[in-house]
Formats: sequence, structure tokens, C-alpha cells
Amino acid sequence: MRLERRAHRPLFLVLVSPLIAVAAALAIAGILIAMAGAPVLEAYWRIVTGAFGTRLAATETFTRATPLILTGLAAAVAFRARVWNIGAEGQFYVGAITVAALGSSTLAALPGPLLIPTLFAAGALAGMLLMLLPLWLRLRFSVDEVVTSLLLNFVAVLFVSLLVEGVLKDPLAFGWPQSLPVSERALLPKLIMRSRLHIGLAVAVAAAIIVHLLQSRTVFGLRTRAAGLSPAGAAFAGVPLGLTLVKVACLSGGLAGLAGAIEVMGVKGYVTTDLSPGYGYSGIIVAMLANLHPVGVIAAAVFTAAMFVGADGMSRALGIPTYIADVIVSLSLLTMLVALFFTQYRIRR
Amino acid sequence: MMALFDILASAGLWAAVLRIATPLIFGTLGAVLCERSGVLNLGIEGIMTFGAMVGWLTVYNGADLWTGMLVAALAGAVFGLMHALLSVTLGLSQHVTGLGITLFASSLSYFLFRLNVPLASTPPTIVPFKPVSIPGLSDLPFFGQAIFTQTMPTYLAILTAIVMSYVIFRMPLGLAIRMTGENPHAAEAQGINPVRIRYSAIMAGSALMGMGGAFLTLSAFNSFFPTMVQGRGWICIALVVFASWRPGRALLGALLFAFFDAFQLRLQPVLGDRVPYQIFLMIPYILSIAALALVARRAKVPQALMQAYRRGER
Amino acid sequence: MTTVLALSGISKRFGDIIANENISIALRKGEILALLGENGAGKTTLMSILFGHYTADSGTVRVDDVELPSGKPRAAIRAGVGMVHQHFSLAPNLTVLNNVMTGTEKLWSFKSDTAAARTKLLGISQRFGLSVNPDARLGDLSVGEQQRVEILRALYNDARILILDEPTAVLTNIEAERLFSTLKEMAKQGLSLIFISHKLDEVMAAADRIVVLRGGKVAAERRVGETSKAELAELMVGHRVTRPIRDAATPGAVALEATGVTVRRGGVDRLKDISFRLCEGEILGIIGVSGNGQAVLSHLVSGLAEPSIGNIRLFGEPLANLGVRALIESGIGRIPEDRNNEGAIGEMAIWENTVLERIWTPAFSKYGLVNRKAGIAFAQRIIGEFDVRGGRPTSRTRLLSGGNMQKLILGRNLHVRPRILIAAQPTRGLDEGAVAAIHARILEARKQGTAVLLISEDLDEVIGLADRIQAIVKGRLSPPVAAETADPRMLGLMMAGEWLQSEEAGHAS
Repeated sequence: MRLERRAHRPLFLVLVSPLIAVAAALAIAGILIAMAGAPVLEAYWRIVTGAFGTRLAATETFTRATPLILTGLAAAVAFRARVWNIGAEGQFYVGAITVAALGSSTLAALPGPLLIPTLFAAGALAGMLLMLLPLWLRLRFSVDEVVTSLLLNFVAVLFVSLLVEGVLKDPLAFGWPQSLPVSERALLPKLIMRSRLHIGLAVAVAAAIIVHLLQSRTVFGLRTRAAGLSPAGAAFAGVPLGLTLVKVACLSGGLAGLAGAIEVMGVKGYVTTDLSPGYGYSGIIVAMLANLHPVGVIAAAVFTAAMFVGADGMSRALGIPTYIADVIVSLSLLTMLVALFFTQYRIRR
Repeated sequence: MMALFDILASAGLWAAVLRIATPLIFGTLGAVLCERSGVLNLGIEGIMTFGAMVGWLTVYNGADLWTGMLVAALAGAVFGLMHALLSVTLGLSQHVTGLGITLFASSLSYFLFRLNVPLASTPPTIVPFKPVSIPGLSDLPFFGQAIFTQTMPTYLAILTAIVMSYVIFRMPLGLAIRMTGENPHAAEAQGINPVRIRYSAIMAGSALMGMGGAFLTLSAFNSFFPTMVQGRGWICIALVVFASWRPGRALLGALLFAFFDAFQLRLQPVLGDRVPYQIFLMIPYILSIAALALVARRAKVPQALMQAYRRGER
Repeated sequence: MTTVLALSGISKRFGDIIANENISIALRKGEILALLGENGAGKTTLMSILFGHYTADSGTVRVDDVELPSGKPRAAIRAGVGMVHQHFSLAPNLTVLNNVMTGTEKLWSFKSDTAAARTKLLGISQRFGLSVNPDARLGDLSVGEQQRVEILRALYNDARILILDEPTAVLTNIEAERLFSTLKEMAKQGLSLIFISHKLDEVMAAADRIVVLRGGKVAAERRVGETSKAELAELMVGHRVTRPIRDAATPGAVALEATGVTVRRGGVDRLKDISFRLCEGEILGIIGVSGNGQAVLSHLVSGLAEPSIGNIRLFGEPLANLGVRALIESGIGRIPEDRNNEGAIGEMAIWENTVLERIWTPAFSKYGLVNRKAGIAFAQRIIGEFDVRGGRPTSRTRLLSGGNMQKLILGRNLHVRPRILIAAQPTRGLDEGAVAAIHARILEARKQGTAVLLISEDLDEVIGLADRIQAIVKGRLSPPVAAETADPRMLGLMMAGEWLQSEEAGHAS
């Protein structure tokens, strides 16, 4: 028995591979649920209803999906160019804290239509800058950016902690370490009344479409893909490798920073050190589930968010730890890797 | 100035260095073993987390401490097997495979922990390893307290470094591992099965990572809580480069690193009113990044690191 | 004479390609057998099967009348078969002794017996006159010395049958001659050898018996005394597609000129003080044994490396900015040496590979937006005009065969009528049909006034196409000679660096 590379990658297989991967992950996680002594099918049904069963649940799922779309895009654009940005978590936090700092300052006196875009840009810029450090280390010293971007996550969270317990601390928060709230005028308008869903979702979806157009239609997209697939081939064709990677890193870090900015302006209004339940890391899973396709990222983010939101209710009803959602989602990353492999290879006897 | 000297002269500092270094020694040695065979194992952070959880849980359920260590090692090996299936047999990206294992292993740890130990305001504890005094040596002034009052796993970690150094540089097995990491095709041409070597190296290396995690809950602390590994795995990956893939230097690197960490812990109370504690906590991560930048250019990376090996494909 | 090795009825396919078909060969004790064939005749596949790297679809390998299990290199080693690979199977970071010892001891034995290994290695090296320093890091040795380590390693494993895959491909003439005398000495001491080659001179000089492979089958078997180079050439090629005939050269203005160029990378002079002058309407051939600086030279004139010293003039103008784009803008077409890694990106569509290097031109993009339609149309024209088979503009490039991929690369350059064409190893590894097509295109470009720099390791190709020839040896370029006056002997001496020695002697005096 051996593995043989397929000459063609059947489109059908590529399209169903995420479904197969998710099904396999659910099946494996089902064993854990059964081990915990709960009815498996009921548990999954409760996750579905918990995520989409009511208007409130559905808006909550999409609220949760919003930052995931952006961090998923951050990972997807970077991975496609073989820039291993695992630092989206840190970039999310610096984006968030930058918005909190500026949104609570005198800058908030800017007129509304100017204020929100300015804060978006500031958050994105902060994320960019944080990603440029690992990339610079890679280009200058050939240090693997995986480890450096990962380590920077811890630095970034500590930096945020330093600020929310220091200069940015909200004196009205009864001693809790949280930042000053951003001005009310910096808060994002709601998409649906009486819910937490805000226009950030529209921004995230627009970002996905823009990234898709960038990748499929522009010279930048073509060059990025070339640089990712074959650095030697791209260099021979005159693609400026360093510059292309810098652009990719900016785009990726910027998207993650924007995610942090939007989360602050759309949901909380202030920053704490538990603002993100691992959005940066989940973004990697989202990107892989989407096979790095920007539009697929939207669906993958909604799936991931649904797991997290749905698992909350299911957990309360059946007494299964909510971490089952993390297990399912991370398992789908592994099963997706295998599924993608078999779109490229087949088993021959 | 006096304060600095007092810190350096206290036996407590040096005892802490060894304690802080132990999980890093295990983890770095595990990563060295994997990378010597040509596989980057980014599953380390999750495997350490799982080791910490499962080791603790085993002891919590009544088994003795060494059984806890053993279970953690076995669990590590199982995740190693999973990594090898994906990265060796299927030849998938080692980056993505490792991150996937980390995410999966950590969430599974949290799930299993919460399943067995319901939420409580104070986490339940176990009785951890006790310091072992070595007759004669422990009575030495200063050194006795500083070095020879560790728990058994710490001595085991140091012993492992020496043994691994011997295996890699003195045994035929070590040569086979090095050759596989440098050029798996050459290894195969000499009758060595690179796939089997990589599987074994990843599984053994991951077992060490699991033990490093278990040290945290069975010796350094006495309870488990999520996110307790705190990026130690990533620091180990950086230490591997710093140690240029040599077990002896991995030991030294971990000790050096632990020294800075122990030192800053003791510096905190002294400078605490002037410098926020977060700055101190950042130091290990920044130090790791700086170390990487410092040595990466000169590093003698195993030539086949991160390259999938498929028979008959060049 | 006893038969030590017998291959019988070996067949092997890769997908639709038949690499070996029903091949039977016997090797006798103490003889040197040459396996002669062109690139792609199936020589390397056959030897990989013998050594256990590949599993044959059918057929058997017997050593001393015992059948070897298929697909197990270890079994081959144990039976006394040693292989010297074309791309050495060695680890540059390990020492010579470590490289030789790998796999020779039980994995789990407690200690490597390095002392005994060293003694044995030095003994062997003395017996066959293959001197080597056991403690040197392999990567620090020259290519010839590394090959010596490969041979020593096989002998260290007690090989009685030695297989050498294109052993002279990386050697200079002098090193090759030394190698052949070593091989003859080994045969005299009772070893049996097979060496794989596509060079007629060396099989006539070194072998006792010659088996000719063509198209994956045994075409003929001859004793050296009973055949001639002419007969072997015919057997090897079958009926050869005739090489194109050149018109007389009518060189025009100087197109590309390098004066005293040195390229330094990583502290080493990869090219040293080279000078050449290339005129419109002529082909300048650069010959040389691989690894003597051809790659850096082609990178230099393709815009991927810059001179550390010296300068390059394009149509008389000094080139300030040597980037890829600047060169393409000034009318240079480039065929890279490594078409799979540099010439095309396998996972991208054919049309994308066709336009990538000139995507910045208004024809293919505006305001940063790619004009997909124009790109596809361009690719379609090249596919038609240059007879690229096996793909549509939107299919993946890796599906093309080597020859068709090369036609595509040539096409994307020639279609825009370059004033200069850099062709590095343009036909390496291609079948005769594709070679002929590419040669015809290059000659046609020359006729239209394009200046062609042909960098090739294929001596026949350079003799067939070039007007003037220079040799590259250790990063230096010989003075040019006119192609009409050059005979193979003279070129051989040039490639061996004769002129370098006289030059150095001149400097010394």
C-alpha cells in the first residue's frame, strides 16, 4: 500500500473536504461526550439550537464570528505566502489597547464619521507593527517567525496588562484591572437592535471580500502566491521577495489588529486581559478549515463561533465542560489536514 | 547594589534556578531529539500542558507520583505518534501539524480536567515530590542548599541530558538519528529506515515533553490550572536553537535561562515600587527572542529539518 | 568467470511512463561493465531497483545466485552491493568517518567502535590509494573528495559489487582519469563494477563490456574490443534526429559585455575576474563541468546576482541597476538552469507562469489589477506557436512534461523578440524531439539578430550551436575560441582548466 500523488485535484473533493473533516471531528469528540456519560446526539442538537435556535443565540453567534473572520483572514493571507504568523492573538490585543488609548483620549473629539475609521486604522497599524518585528527578524537574521510571533503573544498580553493596571486603568472600575472606556461616539452602531451584533460583522465580511479580490485579481495577489509557492521561481520572475513578504505581514498583522479594535468598539467598550478567548489561535483553525480561502473563512468562522456559543448552553444542560467546543474545533483542524492531504494524494495498493 | 549581591549570594536563588530549569530541560531535550531526526515538534506546548494535567490527575486519583510521571510520558508519546502520522507518514507541514497538536492537546487537557474535577474556588491539590537530600553533599555549606536539595525529577532531568548526549554522539543509534536529520536519503542508502527513526525520535521526544509538563504539577506546584504552561514550550523551541541542537548545551541554556528568571523573581520585590511587575514577566520571552536573533545566523541547523521524507521522491 | 550479479526481466513503470522494460543483465567477477545510454534511457532507475531504492513491477535481482528481496537497501548492502550515487548520499554536516560508519553497526549497541572503524577505513583507503582525512567535515571537501568518500563507504561495507551512477559528471578530466585507474585497480583485486555513463569516450576507455540501454530496453551488448565509438553512438541514439545546421555567423554590434566581473557570495569568489563579449546575431557558448560557476554566471546575467567588482555593459551602456525587471525592460530573455524551481511554478496556471515576469507591463496589468484575459490569450498564442502540448492556459503547469515546460519558457521569451537571450542548460534532461525543437528555435533567434549566451554542460550541444566558445572552470572564464577551430580534445583541455595553469604560470614568472 502506498500513497500516490493525484494528477488533478478534484474540485468536488476540495469542496467537501471541510465537511468530511468536521464530521470526523464530531464523531471523535462524540466518544468523549459518551465517555462523560451524556447522550451524544442530544448534545450536538443542543449545540445547534444553542447557536442558532433563537434570535438572541444567532446574533450572539455572529457577534462571536466577527473577530474570528478577521483573525482567520489574518492567518489565511499569511499562510498562503508561507509567512507563519501565529501572533494574531498578540496583534489582536495591541490593536484593542491602541483603540482604548486613543478612543478614551482627546482624539475622541473628532467628528463621528472620522473617528471610527481613524480608530480602525490605528488598531490595524498597531497589529502591523507587532507583526513586522518577527518578519524583520526572519529577513535579517533568518529566525523562524513561528516561535518569535508566538512569544510576542505573551509579551503583548503582559503589555496590555501593564497598561490596564497602570496609565490606562479605569478609576471607576472598583479596582478591577480594566482600561478606560472608549468614548461613546467611538462605539459601533448595532446591526440588529436589542442584540450585541454590531456593524463590525459587515466590516469583517467586507474585509473577506476585499482580501479575496486582492488575491485573485491583483498583481499583489499573483506575486504573493508565487512567493509562497516557490521563492526561487518568484525571485527569477522578478518578484521582490522581501517587499512582498513585508506587505503580506502588514496585511496579516493589520487584520488581526483590526479584529481587536472592532471587538473593543463593537462589544465591550474597554479592554481587559481576557478580552479574547483565544481568537488569535482559533483564527489559525478557521483559516485551515477554509483551506486558506478568504470567502471560506466566513463560513469557517461562523462554524467555529457556533461551536463555542452552542457549547455554552449544552454544557449547562448536560454537565459537559464547555471545553468540548475547543476540542471539536481543534480536532477539525487535524482532520482537515488529513482531508486536504487526500485531495492531493490517493492510496494505491 | 547590595541588594543585587544579596540575591546572588542566597542559596535560595540557586535552588530556584534548578527548579525553574527542570521543565525547560525536559522540554528542550525532547525538542532536540525530534529536531535531530528532522522534525520540528511545535506540539510541545500542548503536550506539556497535557502532561501536566494527566500526571496530576493520575496522582489525584490515588496513584503514586512516579506513576503520574510515567502516565505523562506515555501520553506525550501518544501525541508524538499522532504528530508522526501526520508529519512523517503523510508528510504534512510540520508547522501546521505541530500547532494543531498543541491546540488539540491543550483543549483536551482542559476538557478532561474539568470533567474529572468540578469547578471550585480553590483548586484541589496533591502532595508533590519532596526534596531529596543527598547524604554528605546536602550538608555542604551553601552548595548543599543550593544544588543538592532538589526533588528527584530534577536530578532525573540532568541525568537525561547526560544520557542523551551520550546516545546522540557516542552510540550508533545517535548517528542514525543525526544522519536522518541531515539527509534521510543517505540514511536510507545505508540501510537505515528513516521513517522508523523519525517515529521513534518524535515519540521519545514527546514523552520527555510530557514529563516536563508533569514536573510543573507534581513537583513545582501541587495543582493544575489551565494556561499554566505559559509558553514554556515555545521557550524550549527557542532554547534548542540557542543550544545548537546539543543536549549538553540545552542543559546549560535551560539553566542560564532559569537563572535570569529566578533572578528577576527576586528582583521584583526590590524594584517592585518603581518597575511594574509585567516588565519582569516579559523578560523570559524577550530573552528568548533575543537569543534566537543572536544565534540563528550561525546555527548549524539539521539540513533536513522540516523536510518531509518520501521514499523514492527526491 | 563466475556471474556475481544477475538482473533478469526487470520492468518498471512510473504512471504512464515505462522506465524499464524486461531488462536482463549479468555481471561477472572482476569485470567493469558500462551501462551506456542517453538521459532518460532508464539507467538510473535500473540501478535504483538493483539497490532497493525502488521496487520493480516484475523481474528479479540475484547476487551469487541468491535472490535479493525487493525494496530493501539493507539487503543489497549485506549481499555486498555498494552504490556510488550521482547526487551523493552524504551528510555535509557530519565527519567523513561518521558518514562512512552510519548504518554499519547494530543500532542499539552501547558504544560506537570509532577506533576500529578508523583503522578499517584507513586500511581500505591505503589498499586502493584513496587518501582521505577521517575527521574532516564532509561539507569542507571538494566534490572529487566527496565522491571518494562515497566509494570508500561502499568498500567499508565490504562491497564486492560496486555501482557508480554517472561518476564523472561532476569531475574534471584529470580527476576522471584518476577515478578510472582506481576502478581498474579494484577490478584487478577481484571487485566487480558497473558504471553508468552517457559518454562514449569514457566507456571505451574504462570498461571491459558495454550494455547499451535505449528507451528503457537493452539495445545491444558489446565487448570493448569488438566495437567502436561510432557504432555505440548509433546504438545509443537509434536513428538520431539530425542536429540543426548553422548558417555562417554575421555578428552585429556588441550586445552584452562583461569586464573583469567578480561575484562574491558568503566570502567566496563564485565568479572571478571574468570577461566576455557577446554580439548580436551570434551564439557564445560557455562549456564546463557542472558546479564550476555556471549557476552564478546565469544568475548574474539574469539579474539575480550583482557584480562585486567589475561591470556589465548592455549595448555599450553601463548597467546601473541589475534587477530582473531592468534586464527584461532592456530586452533580455532568460531561460533558467533549473526549470522546475526557477523557470516555472508548478502549482500555478500555465498563463500565470507565462506572464509573471512581465506582469508589470500595461499589456497584462493596469492600476495593479491583473488583465487575466490578456494573460490567457498570450499563453494561448505561445502554446500554439511553440507547440506546447499537454495543457490549456488555465491548467496547472506541473502537468506539463519537461520538454513542453521548456518550450513554454522559451516561448514566453522569444515571443517578445528579445535582443539578448540567456539560455542556461536549455535542453538538460529533455528527449531528442524536444531538444531538436529548442535548438531550431535558438538558431532562428540568432538568425533574426538576437545575441545568445548559451551556458551548457552538453558539449555536443555547444559544438552544434555556438559560434564562439569559452570554458568556465572554478569561476573563471577561458579566452574564447572559434567553434570551427575547436575539436573535442581541445575543448576537453579547456574544461580541465589547462589555460588556467598556463595563466597562473605566466603570473608566477
